[in-house]
Amino acid sequence: MYNGGKVLIGILVFLVLISSPLWYNMAMDGSDYQIELEKAVRGDDCVRDSAWMKANHMDLLNEWRDQVVRNDERFEIGSDGVQYERSLSFTCLSCHENKDKFCDRCHDYLGVEPYCWECHIVPKEVQP
Amino acid sequence: MGVMFSLLAVVVLILIAVAGTELAGWRDLFGIVIPYAAVVAFVIGVIYRVLKWARSAVPFRIPTTCGQQKTLPWIKSSKLDNPHNLFWVLCRMFLEVFFFRSLFRNTRSVVVEGPRILYSPTKWLWAAGMAFHWSLLIVLIRHCKYFIEPVPSWLVTMQNLDGFFQIGLPIILTTDVVIVASLTFLFLRRVVDQKLRYLSLPADYFPLFLLLGITVSGVFMRYFTKTDLVSIKELAIGLVSFSPVVSSEVGLVFFVHIFLVSVLLAYIPLSKLMHFAGVFMSPTRNLANNNRVRRHINPWNPKVKVHTYEEYEDEYRDLMKAAGLPVDKEE
Repeated sequence: MYNGGKVLIGILVFLVLISSPLWYNMAMDGSDYQIELEKAVRGDDCVRDSAWMKANHMDLLNEWRDQVVRNDERFEIGSDGVQYERSLSFTCLSCHENKDKFCDRCHDYLGVEPYCWECHIVPKEVQP
Repeated sequence: MGVMFSLLAVVVLILIAVAGTELAGWRDLFGIVIPYAAVVAFVIGVIYRVLKWARSAVPFRIPTTCGQQKTLPWIKSSKLDNPHNLFWVLCRMFLEVFFFRSLFRNTRSVVVEGPRILYSPTKWLWAAGMAFHWSLLIVLIRHCKYFIEPVPSWLVTMQNLDGFFQIGLPIILTTDVVIVASLTFLFLRRVVDQKLRYLSLPADYFPLFLLLGITVSGVFMRYFTKTDLVSIKELAIGLVSFSPVVSSEVGLVFFVHIFLVSVLLAYIPLSKLMHFAGVFMSPTRNLANNNRVRRHINPWNPKVKVHTYEEYEDEYRDLMKAAGLPVDKEE
């Protein structure tokens, strides 16, 4: 083998790069992290069922924003037959009171930074 | 022919993933066993190919250069195109690996009226190649967030920059658009140009279709048929910490996505996609043109037993003197 040393260094770099998540998790103790979401105040009642919300809540919020801001349509009948106000701060966050223990749990886990909070304030934060 | 064969191969792969998880219910096979097998095949295959290349002969510097060699001090040499030392070789390699400098020099020949042949630079292949490879790198780094916990803030920042334009929700990531567009261009380029179409083989089309399948399934998962990302991250992080669990909430498109990725990983060592390692081992790129500065001896020259003139004279001095022949040393 010619230039064996250089080739071995290259292979070593390749192995380190490909196994880096393993070392990172070991160093940060990240692999056994469990997500625990705070229960909603009103139990299971929601505008949509929880499985749908888990995957599609961002679409719903986007739709709500457009309907409220552009069409001034502030209310809708949820999938459970109850009328809801289309509002992140007043509807969603009235049940899921604690942003840190609900929204942020998954968002932080998945490295997502939604821009909701660039306009909306978290209700709890302004209360004295 | 090659196009249809490759397209069919990728379609069959997608159907295998669909049938295997939806009909047969082998979710653990497609979520755990195949990905592990693919990574093992990838790592061992890549190392095997690299070692095989490393064992082949590198007889002499190959000065395929595009500029003036370093000679006399008053002749200006082209350091980047004709490097004479390690530093400038590293510079050339850097530009090659990160900016595909060789491809930038791509020219096209056209026969015009006369008949006359014209050579013109074309940058399309270079531009699409750059767009694809850089997007792929960013997409790969972005995907690290599924394998590591906690997600480092620089990764989130990078992702936010990727979604800089804040179009749609989930925000459309620029690299998602660019990678699909560039792959489509790289495919169309092979089909539209007659000469290229004649040269293209299934080995050229198959990786393109496979990558398109992977990116399109990923795009689908992000923007259209949503999936439960938390269970996917739990599976991914389980895979890297050797305790994987396939939750029942992992969706079908994800299985298609991960199966195509597994096939790609296993296919890389068998294919031209090995250029990711090969670029570092290109003798025309990584050897300094110092043929005139240093003496390079063929490393596999046999040991020749030589008999120097000094030894010859020592052996026959007396006879030479007796015959009146001149000698260098008297004793």
